[in-house]
Amino acid sequence: MTTTTTTSAGPSGSTPGVLGGTDLAIAATGLRKDFGSVHAVRGIDLEIRQGEIVAFLGPNGAGKTTTIDMILGLSDPTAGTVTVLGQSPRSAIAHGLVAAVMQTAGLLKDISVRETLELTGSLFVHHVSVDGVMKRAGISDIGDRRVNKCSGGQQQRLRFAMALLSDPELLILDEPTTGMDVTGRRDFWAAIRQDATRGRTILFATHYLEEADEYADRIILVRQGEIVADGTAAQIKAMAAGRTVRATVPGVTAAQLEAVPAADSVELRGEIVRIHSKDSDAVARYLLTQTDAHDLEIESRGIEDAFIALTADAQDDPTTTATSGETS
Amino acid sequence: MTTAVSDAAEPAYAARAERRVPPMGGLNPTLLRIELLRVLRNRRTMIFTLVMPAVFYLIFGVSQSYADQDAGRGNVAAYIMISMAAYGAMIASTGGGAMVATERAQGWSRQLRLTPLSPVAYVFVKLLTAMLLGALAVLVVFVMGAFTKAQMDTVGLWVATALIAWAGSLVFAAFGLFMGYLLPSENVMQIIGPGLAILAFAGGLFVPLEDGSTLQKIAQFTPMYGISSLAHAPLTGDSFQWAWVINVAAWLVVFAGGAIWRFRKDTARV
Repeated sequence: MTTTTTTSAGPSGSTPGVLGGTDLAIAATGLRKDFGSVHAVRGIDLEIRQGEIVAFLGPNGAGKTTTIDMILGLSDPTAGTVTVLGQSPRSAIAHGLVAAVMQTAGLLKDISVRETLELTGSLFVHHVSVDGVMKRAGISDIGDRRVNKCSGGQQQRLRFAMALLSDPELLILDEPTTGMDVTGRRDFWAAIRQDATRGRTILFATHYLEEADEYADRIILVRQGEIVADGTAAQIKAMAAGRTVRATVPGVTAAQLEAVPAADSVELRGEIVRIHSKDSDAVARYLLTQTDAHDLEIESRGIEDAFIALTADAQDDPTTTATSGETS
Repeated sequence: MTTAVSDAAEPAYAARAERRVPPMGGLNPTLLRIELLRVLRNRRTMIFTLVMPAVFYLIFGVSQSYADQDAGRGNVAAYIMISMAAYGAMIASTGGGAMVATERAQGWSRQLRLTPLSPVAYVFVKLLTAMLLGALAVLVVFVMGAFTKAQMDTVGLWVATALIAWAGSLVFAAFGLFMGYLLPSENVMQIIGPGLAILAFAGGLFVPLEDGSTLQKIAQFTPMYGISSLAHAPLTGDSFQWAWVINVAAWLVVFAGGAIWRFRKDTARV
């Protein structure tokens, strides 16, 4: 076994799965999952590069956990394929390349925090020190406490510490802060964020919009088992809602308004023009260069509005409610 | 904060070459040690598997007038000691196997699937723990017997009866696993405990079965009967019967088969 892995330095040198670095952290194509007549996941294509921090955002029942289960090899897809760091999910787990904090996974209640970590660590060939992960997860002071005496937040930190033990390249967190209070949530994310500076790839599922907005480089929005949006928080907001560009344009003409590029809607009140657009940059550039516009403002709606607009039923037109309520 | 920034230069994680799949499915001494500790810390398990059989031996074996009566190559106290040791070992190993029910109910089995531990290695650890607990149960009753009235003609008889009583508990470790995978409950032992007591009566562990009685004819098909007969035979000098071995083998197949069936269902990826 060991000889085959060390030959990667040999003349052929083409063993990407062993050397790492070139594979996608997660690559899924056409992923589907049916439970009887229920289509939980309806064709997800996903490419997550190494080092990305990605939020999997969607309402309950959107298929987030089902997708994560398939990424971790806990369940088999009905159709489609998924690879983790260039190998099968189960192989990635067996090699300690991927770790996860799952909502559904439990802890042994009759052993201590430290024993839980010693036990977990013993299952991996390569693992970091128990004291180290306890420190990073902020549970150094409760090592001797029985798990059943730990609060929900402490148990969640223990799960996080367990996930860090194998020093994984990819860390998956399924709704990691469920049931935590505001302070607990903030501390938990501070710990994760500090950890993420080391280049670990992180995928987390959440239905807390602010978590996705604040902690992810990239947000993948899922609804009814499909990806409905994929981009940075700013792009997601723009995708759903666009932005509103408002400016005072003295002596604006109808012809000028008609020529505004990428405008979804144009509103004129006196000299004040309000233009709703998915490409606010183009609108602003036009107004500032082709008209006498001044006091230009670009307003973005919160990610919450974007989330609601994108995950609401398809027949609801998100743009109809876009600019109302902001006139005063 | 500053330390985190300085760490950022190099990746936190290990080189791929260092990451190997653990040998023996992840089986290791730390895992076994903690599993054993869990069992030994459980007060209820300790009472039912170690204290109760020993107390039964003292009540029904030592403090009765028939204790010193001849039972073949030893006395009646020794006969009852063997019964209680076998009973204790079977309760212990059932409980050890049935721990999987608690771990499934608490979601621990699912947590383990996020580690390299193979399901087969996991079951092996459960069996090993169950058998070690069974050995402890036998040891406690036999030590108690050695210091009280139990008497057998040779040291070899002590060793043989203890080993047979212990080996038989493998059948019940499989039974415990089967029940553990079958019943989605944290309190499996409370459900199957009374059943085990009935089986112990049928196996002649509590009250000797009258030869040729209807009860005895039915009882010889129950799972504790074969083990009980085999364990007592060296002491009583009863002639060996293949039926006993067939009884043990048949129940082992049934329970192990059931455990494997449920285990496969449990670990199947849906």
